[in-house]
Amino acid sequence: MSSDIDFSSWTCPLPLRDYPNIVLGHGGGGKLSAELVENLFLPAFRNPAIECLGDSAILRIPAGRLAFSTDSFVVRPLFFPGGSIGELAINGTVNDLAMSGARPLYLSAGFIVEEGLPMAMLAKIVERMRVAAEKAGIQVVTGDTKVVEKGHGDGCFINTAGIGMIPDGREVGPARAKPGDAIIISGTIGDHGMAVMSVREGMEFDTVIQSDSAALHGLVEAIFAVSNEVHALRDPTRGGLASSLNEIAAQSHVGMALNEDVLPVKPDVQSACELLGLDPIYVANEGKLVAIVSSSAADAVLEAMRRHSLGGDAAIIGKVVAERAGMLTARTKIGGTRVIPMQIGEQLPRIC
Amino acid sequence: MKYLNEFRDGETAQKLFREIDRITTRPWAMMEVCGGQTHSIIRNGVDQLLPKGIELIHGPGCPVCVTPLEMIDKALAIAAKPGVIFCSFGDMLRVPGSHKDLFRVRSEGGDVRIVYSPLDALKIARENPDRQVVFFGIGFETTAPANAMAVSLAAKEKLENFSVLISHVLVPPAMEAIMTSPLNRVKAFLAAGHVCSVMGYWEYPPLAERFRVPIVITGFEPLDVLEGIRRAVIQLETGKHEVENAYGRVVSFEGNKVAQQMLKQVFEVTDRGWRGIGVIPKSGWQLNEEYRYYDAEYRFEVTGIETKESPLCRSGEVLQGAIKPTECSAFGTVCTPRSPLGATMVSSEGACAAYYNYGRFVKVEEIATACPVT
Repeated sequence: MSSDIDFSSWTCPLPLRDYPNIVLGHGGGGKLSAELVENLFLPAFRNPAIECLGDSAILRIPAGRLAFSTDSFVVRPLFFPGGSIGELAINGTVNDLAMSGARPLYLSAGFIVEEGLPMAMLAKIVERMRVAAEKAGIQVVTGDTKVVEKGHGDGCFINTAGIGMIPDGREVGPARAKPGDAIIISGTIGDHGMAVMSVREGMEFDTVIQSDSAALHGLVEAIFAVSNEVHALRDPTRGGLASSLNEIAAQSHVGMALNEDVLPVKPDVQSACELLGLDPIYVANEGKLVAIVSSSAADAVLEAMRRHSLGGDAAIIGKVVAERAGMLTARTKIGGTRVIPMQIGEQLPRIC
Repeated sequence: MKYLNEFRDGETAQKLFREIDRITTRPWAMMEVCGGQTHSIIRNGVDQLLPKGIELIHGPGCPVCVTPLEMIDKALAIAAKPGVIFCSFGDMLRVPGSHKDLFRVRSEGGDVRIVYSPLDALKIARENPDRQVVFFGIGFETTAPANAMAVSLAAKEKLENFSVLISHVLVPPAMEAIMTSPLNRVKAFLAAGHVCSVMGYWEYPPLAERFRVPIVITGFEPLDVLEGIRRAVIQLETGKHEVENAYGRVVSFEGNKVAQQMLKQVFEVTDRGWRGIGVIPKSGWQLNEEYRYYDAEYRFEVTGIETKESPLCRSGEVLQGAIKPTECSAFGTVCTPRSPLGATMVSSEGACAAYYNYGRFVKVEEIATACPVT
């Protein structure tokens, strides 16, 4: 991950330098907007489609099933250990596409920037997006920028939409889980949410908790390389693993039974959660997926995930059952059971 | 964390369950006082694995739950005032007042902020000298020292724009009220470990003696709770009524003397209303004469508060251990964490929320069959 970049050295920023901060005119469609595109966005995302600078990107896509997804990114602080809103904006939409079994191809990027945001900060966000897109092998082919008055935005909001193609033979969806399927998580849970929260709340631990932000389509390819018996895929972002599994349980009309003892959680994430009275199963991830796989393919998929750089801590954490349709349950560490329902709103740090 | 995992070990838990089963010859009802213990019991399913005769009655030790409605309404009124920055622990924000909650006040333009310590609120006061900063200081003896510290620092710094809305409640008077209640079924107490870490347990021997009730100072992890239960059962089975410390790694007899000194300096004992229970004499703290300047109730004129509790909510009976949450007809139907009728459904430590969040709207026997193969 590239850390601080030297703003002065990476583009030809002369016109931008006259404006150390974003002003309303940067979103006005006039000369300032054009300068922003020319000096910031184009150099970062350079590709044939975006360079046409038309009202739309014109793309040639292969025949087959197209996946199309959009997501908006709002995070405070904009930069946190292990990532920034820039990586999230690229990886988030790439992951949404990948969870449909698609191979992501193109993204759009829409920026809503608050007046007064330091230009260097925006440049840094865009640079993070460039690196993330390059790493994911995806092109940002169209974009837009609007500027809102100071106090009307939280620095920078980003929306990305993306398309990808689903190869034949892949049939995944949240309504396809079947009793007997294995539930496999690709790694430790709660890293992203606690990384952001620990910065936001000024908590200090012996080690800095890093966000797990990553594009998961490579891991998805690794899974499909060993089996097409994958019934559902989800990246458990907001609401955490609990929400993803509850959604699949509801849409597939099946029960989900977990074993808490084998849920992978990093010790520092667990400690931070204990401190705030949070349950990691509800905490956001940005680089993990949960796969619902037929039991006959479970071992092969698990092995394939573990061989991949983003799946080293993958584990089978439970199974799909016919009983208790729509419900997620877990066997606790001491051998009791509990139901893990959808969370109502945000988890609230408790009092003592 | 290694330290914590030791107190969640499945094998040791099974040994303790077997031991409790072995020594129990007849039914016993005991109360875990603290909401944190209730949360741990329900989350881990401790109650499902105990011998049938051992009943855990969930006590009133959830500070969010027992804060009186009038105080919540006062908080809402103060938070809505222009110029006020109202700071609170997170789980107070969703507690319903008579008409709304703090989240609603925030959405209507009130400056309501979640903080993790009253000292954070103090910092906000220093940084915003032109605003009135109010901290909602609720809780048991556990949270009181930090509030006392904040007030004492504010006084030292002559910080005039800081105040606290205090609604502190005390555990021993509540235990006494439970034992003298005609509804009482409690035969032993698992006392609140964290409260005792501050206060020690020198207040308990007279209670144990007077009511002939065993009191075991108990922690919060599953193995802590099981050890507390085991010791309580031994006492009950042998006809003893002593005060025992099963949370020795945290609690001493004297408690934290520095904290107690700080509390003495800033607070005085007062009668206090408990939501769902009523006024318990000498069961709370308020700022004493010397520090009254920092009391938000005195600083802000808040009048015309008419409280209105839901007629359906039976949280009072739940808090006194008279009924289990599932025995309330509103539980899980009109009353859920999404639209709570009473505070016991809001805080994660409230018995109703613990039952709901860990799925006790389904029969225990039904979910107990959920056993994943991995």
